[in-house]
Amino acid sequence: MHWLRLLALWVAIAILPQNAFAEGPDTALARFAQHNFMESAKAVRELASDQWSGAGAVLAALSDNRLYYDAASKVIYFKDEKGTLHTARDGLPAAGIDVATLSPVHLNNAVRSALEDAKGSMTMVSADPVQRLSGAKDAFRAHDPAALPAITAELAKETDPEVKLALQQAQAAIIAASVDAPIAQRLDAIKVVQARGDDLALSVLSAIGNNAQGEVKTAALAATANLQATAAIWANVQNVYYGLSLGSVLLLAAIGLAITFGVMGVINMAHGEMVMLGAYTTYIVQQWLRAYRPEWFDASLFIAIPLAFLVTGFIGVIIERTIIRFLYGRPLETLLATFGLSLVLQQAVRTIFGADNRNVGAPHFMSGIFHLGGLSVTYGRMWIILFSILVFLGLQMLLRATSFGLKMRAVTQNRRMASAMGIDTNKIDALAFGLGSGIAGIAGVALSQLDNVSPNLGQSYIIDSFMVVVFGGVGNLWGTLVAAMSLGVANKILEPFVGAVLGKILILICIILFIQRRPRGLFALKGRAVES
Amino acid sequence: MKQSLWLAFDLKTRIFIALLALAIVIVPASALLTAPGSALNIPVYAIALMGKYLCYALLAVALDLVWGYCGILSLGHGAFFALGGYAMGMYLMRQIGARGAYGNPILPDFMVFLNINSLPVTWWGFQHFPYAMFMVLFVPGLLAFGFGWLAFRSRVTGVYLSIITQALTYALLLAFFRNAMGFGGNNGLTDFKDILGFKIDALGTRILLFCASALALALGVILARLVVTSKFGKVLIAIRDAESRVRFLGYRVENYKLFVFTISAMMAGVAGALYVPQVGIINPGEFAPQNSIEAVIWVAVGGRGTLVGAALGAILVNFGKTWFTGALPEYWLFVLGALFVLVTLFLPDGILGIFKRRQRPQVTVDPVGEAQHGDA
Amino acid sequence: MSVSRRSLLRSSVAMLGAVSLNSKFAFAADGPIKIGILHSLSGTMAISETTLKDVMLMLIAAQNAKGGVLGRKLEAVVVDPASNWPLFAEKARELISKDGVSAIFGCWTSVSRKSVLPVVKELDSILFYPVQYEGQESERNVFYTGAAPNQQAIPAVDYLMSKDGGSVKRWVLAGTDYVYPRTTNKILEAYLKLKGVAQEDILINYTPFGQSDWQTIVSDIKKFGSAGKKTAVVSTINGDANVPFYKELGNQGIKATDIPVVAFSVGEEELSGMDTKPLVGHLAAWNYFESVDTPINKAFIAQWHAYTKNPKRTTNDPMEAAMIGFSMWVKAVEKANSFKPDDVIDAIIGVSVPNLTGGTATMMPNHHITKPVLIGEIQADGQIDTVWQTPGTVVAQEWSPYLPESKDLISDWRKPLSCGNLNVKTGHCG
Repeated sequence: MHWLRLLALWVAIAILPQNAFAEGPDTALARFAQHNFMESAKAVRELASDQWSGAGAVLAALSDNRLYYDAASKVIYFKDEKGTLHTARDGLPAAGIDVATLSPVHLNNAVRSALEDAKGSMTMVSADPVQRLSGAKDAFRAHDPAALPAITAELAKETDPEVKLALQQAQAAIIAASVDAPIAQRLDAIKVVQARGDDLALSVLSAIGNNAQGEVKTAALAATANLQATAAIWANVQNVYYGLSLGSVLLLAAIGLAITFGVMGVINMAHGEMVMLGAYTTYIVQQWLRAYRPEWFDASLFIAIPLAFLVTGFIGVIIERTIIRFLYGRPLETLLATFGLSLVLQQAVRTIFGADNRNVGAPHFMSGIFHLGGLSVTYGRMWIILFSILVFLGLQMLLRATSFGLKMRAVTQNRRMASAMGIDTNKIDALAFGLGSGIAGIAGVALSQLDNVSPNLGQSYIIDSFMVVVFGGVGNLWGTLVAAMSLGVANKILEPFVGAVLGKILILICIILFIQRRPRGLFALKGRAVES
Repeated sequence: MKQSLWLAFDLKTRIFIALLALAIVIVPASALLTAPGSALNIPVYAIALMGKYLCYALLAVALDLVWGYCGILSLGHGAFFALGGYAMGMYLMRQIGARGAYGNPILPDFMVFLNINSLPVTWWGFQHFPYAMFMVLFVPGLLAFGFGWLAFRSRVTGVYLSIITQALTYALLLAFFRNAMGFGGNNGLTDFKDILGFKIDALGTRILLFCASALALALGVILARLVVTSKFGKVLIAIRDAESRVRFLGYRVENYKLFVFTISAMMAGVAGALYVPQVGIINPGEFAPQNSIEAVIWVAVGGRGTLVGAALGAILVNFGKTWFTGALPEYWLFVLGALFVLVTLFLPDGILGIFKRRQRPQVTVDPVGEAQHGDA
Repeated sequence: MSVSRRSLLRSSVAMLGAVSLNSKFAFAADGPIKIGILHSLSGTMAISETTLKDVMLMLIAAQNAKGGVLGRKLEAVVVDPASNWPLFAEKARELISKDGVSAIFGCWTSVSRKSVLPVVKELDSILFYPVQYEGQESERNVFYTGAAPNQQAIPAVDYLMSKDGGSVKRWVLAGTDYVYPRTTNKILEAYLKLKGVAQEDILINYTPFGQSDWQTIVSDIKKFGSAGKKTAVVSTINGDANVPFYKELGNQGIKATDIPVVAFSVGEEELSGMDTKPLVGHLAAWNYFESVDTPINKAFIAQWHAYTKNPKRTTNDPMEAAMIGFSMWVKAVEKANSFKPDDVIDAIIGVSVPNLTGGTATMMPNHHITKPVLIGEIQADGQIDTVWQTPGTVVAQEWSPYLPESKDLISDWRKPLSCGNLNVKTGHCG
């Protein structure tokens, strides 16, 4: 509730006549003591339109659940951010009153809505243009007829073009819906709202289309249809974007497997559990930060990524040294051993952390949404797409441009020859498996932002991961990339037509048929390397 | 060399079939002739449980036939098992008749509930036992034939084949979860009343089902043995060990594979059909890829390419599962997981391999790697 | 050769004998009374069910500390059906036949209950089922202590239609594709139409289990909600899929003040695995919330924290239902002065025990219990704050009057009627 803090500050320094409202804040404040949401919401609206200087502090307290009332005397109190109790009416510290004897003022969505509207109308007059812009946007969202005079007054004063536009739109939204306004004015207003062109505008216009009469109704319906047509075109772009986003998740889940399975030939059923361990590493990092360094919380993912890589990579090396190395050349038996291992790892996590979901939070830069034309892009998904590509490129670099990558490719292509050339094949095997597992761990960090962090996390990705690697062509990282992205996009394009389940079934059938046409996947390795 | 190996296996097969025959005699005798609670009495729940193990054993034998003798690692055999189970389940559902909660004489409860007003075509005829039994064989067989026809002709081998069989069972899992499919969705088919006019929970019915399972397993083992010891079977083993060479010799490899894959799927279907009345429920969970992988593990634990070993592995692993889920409910997965790891590491030929190694310590077959990279 | 055959034979007979020996001492005269606990401790459902196993162990330990029941100690027999439905039936059979338990407390999903049902009927035992479910069932051997749809879904919709709830006019019914959401949505659809909601104002959407990519569906909801009428989502999405669903809601910026989501399967335990700050104001409908301010609830929470040695462990609605079921069983056993399932089944109808929200729960003749309905809003700390509740308790409608196939059915397990699906029109039972 950042805005309210600013607001409280502003209200405190503003030089305004106290108590310009006829009845004063007493009637409004008394409503909070009635233990009724509708009354509370009314009180919020009254306080917001009142010029009383204490309103900011009271509303901020209400939205943070810090507002209390005395059931007997009906006096309203609030706690400030430090926890000191104040009397709401005069803002003075209320010494000697025990909070435990007071009842909290509860919130529900009606009260929260009122608070949001209040936020719009109150921040609209802020000195900071950023605050004013957000206030104007909220005013559009609320399009509360009562706010019209305030909006018109602000519009006259406003100089910032962006804020001005937002205010005009808010004003238009109210006028367009107002039965009292002249028809011509309403028609103009509809045009202004239509020009905004987003979901909210559509919502405002379709409401007018539902309720208005005559010319206004026709205009509103036409505008709605127009917006919907544009939205339909954008919806296709949006679907492709969703597909890329799903593809990036598949890519992250599969790319570690592309090393352990694709390059090394280990049918690694424990791959999903490495992803899960990566996600739990994120959880541990966040728990630690919450307890000791809450101010670093936004950096939690940056700490978790290398740590998850090290933890799962290390576990991968141990697995390779103790189990996998005895099974080279018997890929189907690696399936059995790693399946057993996956059971053990799942149950171990269940025993240590419990069977329920763990709470992994999203840092600030991962939350929120922005619009690109008619395309809505959520920050979280966008970063994950970029991250998956970064991981992919990093892995390519490692394999193509480093000596370790060269040795690894040599060993997987011709073990004996590589050994004869003086490469320590044991070491390379262990490191390669560690690399694949480590990348799975990194994927887990990203997936913890989207999915359940529970012992079952890995299970839900393992089959898809195998599909991606096989579809792309075993042993080919580019194939994995193309396969992940095309499966993601195909899935999302099918989904609106046939639903999520049928879409997935169709994709699976397509994969089965595709493998018939190209038995070695999209990008089959050519040459002798395949046979070794 | 081949000859002596065959003799060794033959002994095991004979012992195994004799044991099954013995079980068919002892179990009914014990359950019917001795008083409940006496030391010799086999309680009802143990009969149902053993019946279930025998069905799993038949599935394992079916899987061993294609994996152990032809190098086809199917990670989707659970699909054939479940399809057979559904065919039986549909018969049992139709037998409920008007005894369902809504009292509809034709439609099962879930259809009444989903507003399906007339019986879907897929359900027609399932009130007749012979038709249902035909479908138990036909549906898995047809699916295996169609799938195999596509896959083997385009020479999909090794892990590619394994993964697409997994895709197959996964797709079926998702499809059967859909309520719109008309097979009961997630809840599947349950609350069966009679089979062939006998009450399904009567002791006599349970014993008969147990005996039928034992018989089916014995027949399955015999059939599989006949296949693998015939000339046809020799070609199968050759395909397993060096597919390309067999092809170069002029054999139509895909036809051999297709035949054995279809037979195996039908065996799995029979196993599923016997399984359903004994456990009392069939639902899409049986299609889960996990289950198919577990079936592969039974085969590996018992000893791949031995048939009897596969059956033994299925019985032992499942007995262990039953026991541990009761005795160590919170830790049994550790035990099971560790068992799989240890068996792969230390008993590459499974439990029967212990005997084999004692006789022929120098034998080291690595057919997997060959099948894997057979397309030289 | 013959030697090995004989020894194999001997060992297999010995094995069977060992299995059967166990059952001999099941009903020993003055040993402890056994209680079966049939909840998945591994697999996909462990996430929800493990807690219920812990609650049952806590309740049994507490009962033993009070001297047990009828002077006999209770002993919990815990098994793991591993989220595998046929295994539920097998384990139920094992609990009843081999361990000789007097009652089973267990199951979570409908399919697990359906799987266990024939077994408890055949062996004439008792199952206490503690989870909210779709109704359309009433069995002699099963006691349903969770909510039927009319004890959860319909009051929630009523609240949202009211002025307090935002006068919602347009509805998205989103659920996982299985029986509980299908039934609930069918009942709700019929109910909403009865209340004058037009067909085009109802959007029904089903997703598979474990759905993890909600981008398309959430944006569809957003689109559906921009038609100028107040829109709400009624979610019957199953446990696992909820986290990615709510994360996507938060990401796409759908706030509770714009499009509230009311969920029937999301409780405190599920919320503890999520960052609830973006979810403040979304709703849940249950019969119990951890935040309920009653002395008995405070005591229960304290007991739970002490038992789990974890002061942050949440409580939730199915835990309350398990607790009520157990108290009812104890009381019925004392009333009947017998542990025999048949006697308990007869005695338990009419038994009343206190619930945790300050009222009493009564076992009705339809084998369901009376419950208050609470609508709550999610808070930033992961708790759910009650915003509305029914004035008294609500009796379960196990057969929904809103569905044509069940509107004539009732159930009454009192003698001499003893029927789970009596058709009041034809007078036929079954």
